[in-house]
Amino acid sequence: MFDRQTTAFAGNLIRRAPKDGFPAFWPFQAVYFVHTSFMAMTEQRVSYTLDSSLETIDSAEEKATRVATELGFGDDEVMQISMAVREGAVNAVLHGNAYAPDKKVTLAFERIGEELIITIRDQGKGMDLSKIPNPLAPENLLKTSGRGIFLMRSFMDVVEIRPSSTGTELKLIKRVHGSTEGGKEASQ
Amino acid sequence: MTMKVSTRQVDGVTIVDCSGRITLGEGSVILRDSVRDLLSKGNKKIVLNLADVNYIDSSGIGELVSAFTTTKNQGGELKLLNLTKKVNDLLQITKLYTVFDVKDDEAAAVKSFK
Repeated sequence: MFDRQTTAFAGNLIRRAPKDGFPAFWPFQAVYFVHTSFMAMTEQRVSYTLDSSLETIDSAEEKATRVATELGFGDDEVMQISMAVREGAVNAVLHGNAYAPDKKVTLAFERIGEELIITIRDQGKGMDLSKIPNPLAPENLLKTSGRGIFLMRSFMDVVEIRPSSTGTELKLIKRVHGSTEGGKEASQ
Repeated sequence: MTMKVSTRQVDGVTIVDCSGRITLGEGSVILRDSVRDLLSKGNKKIVLNLADVNYIDSSGIGELVSAFTTTKNQGGELKLLNLTKKVNDLLQITKLYTVFDVKDDEAAAVKSFK
């Protein structure tokens, strides 16, 4: 059953990619593996280069929903993954690239073994991790922003944030059979 | 599905029936404009009926907080009604469930205003 799901995942991405964005590449070996056994099909990757626009946020969410569904995640997990990707895309478009038309957001989905690894990169100035507030602190509860990273950490098994002067890379990991509790930040 | 709102009056309380998604962009703006419009017209007892809101992101959560504080700052009260499980879960994990007055019965929500 899983073989069929992952095969559908690959085929779906290939089939839908042209109208949904701009698939940067689909490794030939992944396409080859589509027709091989599940054991051989342990690695798949697809990435997109997207504009710094509101449409990108909706598009990223839709792509995440599709990929997570095709990989066989349950409804609640699909919602968690799609919301985490949406929040990551919001950060990249708004806070990273600040809607700059000359800056792009790259979004990649990669399946390695039992993990779905999602990477979102922007071309901004790099996030200052020391300025991320704790949204659960009493003094922050009524703030109207600052909950995006908290939600990502709540919904994903691993959240890694790597800021640099040329942009921020966000990596989100969800394990196929992993616990959804206690999302944590593996490294920064 | 885009966000839609409609308002009705029940015993001096304004019920705002919301449907769709409260997310960054149009959804948040529609909610913000609706609440501001109500307040500008003197409607300060507001219930947001979220029964048909199936999705909300961090921007939408921020917009709910903004609506709550804006109404409070103008001497009014804003309460939430009929949360879906997803929205309820989000308010729980963000600890906002303790901030908002959340109701699951419209008549009780209307009666709860002073």
